[in-house]
Amino acid sequence: MKTTEETTAGGGDVRLTGISKTYGDFTAVHPLDLTVPEGSFFALLGASGCGKTTTLRMIAGLEEPTAGTVHLGDQDVTALPPYKRPVNTVFQSYALFPHLDIYENVAFGLRRRGIKSVKKQVEEMLELVQLGEQARKKPHQLSGGQQQRVAVARALINHPKVLLLDEPLGALDLKLRRQMQLELKRIQTEVGITFVHVTHDQEEAMTMADCVAVMNAGRVEQLGTPADLYENPRTTFVANFLGTSNFIGAEVDSTSGDDIVLKAGGGKLVLHRARASAPATTGGKILAGVRPEKISLTHADDAGGIPEGRNRITGRITESSFIGVSTQFVVDSPVCPDFEVYVQNVDRDARLVPGAEVVLHWNPAHTFGLDAAQDVDAGVGTAEEEVA
Amino acid sequence: MAFVTWFKRNVVVIAGLLTLAYLLLPNVVVTVFSFNRPKGRFNYQWQEFSTDAWRDPCGVSGLCESLGLSLQIAFWATLGATLLGTMIAFALVRYRFRARGAVNSLIFLPMAMPEVVMAASLLTLFLNMGAELGFWTVLIAHIMFCLSFVVVAVKARVMSMDPRLEQAAQDLYAGPVQTFLRVTLPIAAPGIAAGALLAFALSFDDFIITNFNAGSTVTFPMFVWGSAQRGTPVQINVIGTAMFVVAVLLVLVSMAVGNRRKRQKA
Amino acid sequence: MATVTEAPPTPAPVAPEKKPPRKRGRWTPYLLLLPGLLWLVVFFALPVIYQASTSVQTGSLEEGYKVTWHFATYWDALSQYWPQFVRSVLYAASATVLCLLLGYPLAYLIAFRAGRWRNLIMILVIAPFFTSFLIRTLAWKTILADGGPVVGALDALHVLDVTAFLGWTAGDRVLATPLAVVCGLTYNFLPFMILPLYTSLERIDPRLHEAAGDLYAKPSTTFRKVTFPLSMPGVVSGTLLTFIPASGDYINSDLLGSTDTRMVGNVIQSQFLRILDYPTAAALSFILMAAILAVVTVYIRKSGTEDLV
Repeated sequence: MKTTEETTAGGGDVRLTGISKTYGDFTAVHPLDLTVPEGSFFALLGASGCGKTTTLRMIAGLEEPTAGTVHLGDQDVTALPPYKRPVNTVFQSYALFPHLDIYENVAFGLRRRGIKSVKKQVEEMLELVQLGEQARKKPHQLSGGQQQRVAVARALINHPKVLLLDEPLGALDLKLRRQMQLELKRIQTEVGITFVHVTHDQEEAMTMADCVAVMNAGRVEQLGTPADLYENPRTTFVANFLGTSNFIGAEVDSTSGDDIVLKAGGGKLVLHRARASAPATTGGKILAGVRPEKISLTHADDAGGIPEGRNRITGRITESSFIGVSTQFVVDSPVCPDFEVYVQNVDRDARLVPGAEVVLHWNPAHTFGLDAAQDVDAGVGTAEEEVA
Repeated sequence: MAFVTWFKRNVVVIAGLLTLAYLLLPNVVVTVFSFNRPKGRFNYQWQEFSTDAWRDPCGVSGLCESLGLSLQIAFWATLGATLLGTMIAFALVRYRFRARGAVNSLIFLPMAMPEVVMAASLLTLFLNMGAELGFWTVLIAHIMFCLSFVVVAVKARVMSMDPRLEQAAQDLYAGPVQTFLRVTLPIAAPGIAAGALLAFALSFDDFIITNFNAGSTVTFPMFVWGSAQRGTPVQINVIGTAMFVVAVLLVLVSMAVGNRRKRQKA
Repeated sequence: MATVTEAPPTPAPVAPEKKPPRKRGRWTPYLLLLPGLLWLVVFFALPVIYQASTSVQTGSLEEGYKVTWHFATYWDALSQYWPQFVRSVLYAASATVLCLLLGYPLAYLIAFRAGRWRNLIMILVIAPFFTSFLIRTLAWKTILADGGPVVGALDALHVLDVTAFLGWTAGDRVLATPLAVVCGLTYNFLPFMILPLYTSLERIDPRLHEAAGDLYAKPSTTFRKVTFPLSMPGVVSGTLLTFIPASGDYINSDLLGSTDTRMVGNVIQSQFLRILDYPTAAALSFILMAAILAVVTVYIRKSGTEDLV
């Protein structure tokens, strides 16, 4: 049985030190150090099999790390079994006890800790997740969204230092998922507990989390705020996994002050030195990336009107699809055969149809530079596979 | 033409109902003949209506004693087989261990063996050991052949159980013992109950193995067998009918209760 | 803000030597298995070995038996009782086929056509179990009685002429003929066919029937190409659960048959309990066991359903 000392010692930040997990020859998680600050909403994002769930389960104590330690605040909990850790989990597909009603499911943790009068707490918690009416129903009588809220209530009622969420919204349909994202965010703000959230859905991670760690093949590829990851991806995997990116293989032509001038397909592109995550030496290779929505599209006949100082590329439209708020174009250019461009439908130029010759241009500040020695397509499609 | 179409569409239903009739016909006969007043020792031919046997079900010497003994043996055999079988089922589903294949075969073989072979083998063992045949040898035999069936029933249930439920219990501060008592056992209960029910039915109705290993002890099926040779009292039919009716009523009542509870909750 | 760095590859990450004290339980499976398996070894496996040794012993009841590796007992038993062996296989096989033919429509009916009657029919299939099977088998004596309505109807329809010609019945009697024994066997083991069939049929998504119909399959084709193949696990375990006990049964032959319908079970029973010729009885039951294990093994291999347990 858990003692109160264990629950109160130290703060609520989670510290993983050199933690790793191997199964036979397979390394699920490579040694990693990670600190989740107290009170934050932290997301572990990655495709299935990237090690994110294993990491989560090591924090919960459901998986024993092969090496390394787990600290909650100042307390080393590596050797503690799950029932002695001040951590609770919202399981994938919820794992509600089918033989107990909603009330008893929520009261389960309190009762195991020997708390006698649970009525008031359970009722309050059911109110928080708006399920007061359903207390005496069995889990299978509830909808997916309601079951999900019971799972959250069952974990939160124990006032854990950290709440772990393992793909908590994976079983819900799209609309409900959006609703529950906001709901979870609201609850987190209300209770102020550290949330660690595992998901394969980049949109979910970006909407909810203060800080996202993108995982790939048992390693953390990059860690940062959602905006930081999106604007400054440091690997092609992150650039492709979060949204869409266009890549141009380029050669460093010269450097001048804060700018790096790149040579690609006969043209010149400018990259700000601060946004290059690979060293730039004259003559060296670099991958120049740019997001589709940063690009403007101008018909070749009007090319003269494009202001000076913008990066530009010529090409021919091969596909266009109208999706309401924007139109998405695919452009065949000498430097990249399928350049994606999203244009807001403000003033639609009727000449921009497949076959039209166009100039793509964007502010050099939106270019980011990556190490050229990586797979350009890393992370493409891995997110969608699972959603379907 | 319309009839032909109707017949074609419902031929499965008709064939199925005929099979059902075939299955139930003997029970109808047993029930009807429980109201017979036979001439002579055997109750195979209808003579005249009578409720004598129903008014005095224990009127034949040894009948109710054998029934009591069978119930007693079935109770203890069920208890023993369910306990041992449940333990094996949990070990098979939840743990990795050596010689799993051998263990599986040892559990499968008793089900794939004609009763007469097991009966004869066990008798050979008891004779070789010089054991006295009777209540205990019968109980040992019953636990042996019920065991495998319990394992199969419980295993199916435990296998379909989401392992995350137990992890959730551990996550919610339940230690290993609490997790087992509060989560694992209640969820596995229907499988264990099904296994126990099966064991009870198998033990209560067993004749061949019992007959080999009972010595001079007489269980209910042995009593029936004996009377088939010497003369069948009507009371046998009374007991057979009563058990059929009680079983159907019990099931119907439990179903009605279940339905009402479901409706109240919904 | 959170920080992340790959842990330095050297020196090797500090692997805690002391494993968390949660790895106990390595002996748990063995402790759980021990009592039950011990029971099966002592009261099932050991007897079979005793049986094997008894079958090669010679001696007499008065002087006791000794292992003399007298394999001739097997030969004598086979040459003396081969008709009973053949009969056992024939009767059991006939009963199994009949059970499949009778049981499939009922299992299909319960699985797909019964609607709200499903539970009631299920109860009616299982409930007869609670009336002792001996009492129910005795009821067949009444049903098939000489001159009774069933026999009378069969006689009037000249069915008995055909069956008598085939050697299944004798004269205008059904009782004390092979037909009565097979009928009793079929009746007794029918639920063991219906239940596994129902279990595997019930798992079939009814939309598959619609999909087959949508793809131009007639109902009969749907059954042959979709339903029946998907119910194969049920067919396999049902036929085994019927054939195995039927081949060793001696109750039906004893109650409904005559001396001309004696099966192996009858011989083993009388050798053991009346004649007290233990070596012959042991040899006979050993042969029966080996034959059945061989049949089961081949059958399971052929049908590709390994997970019957």
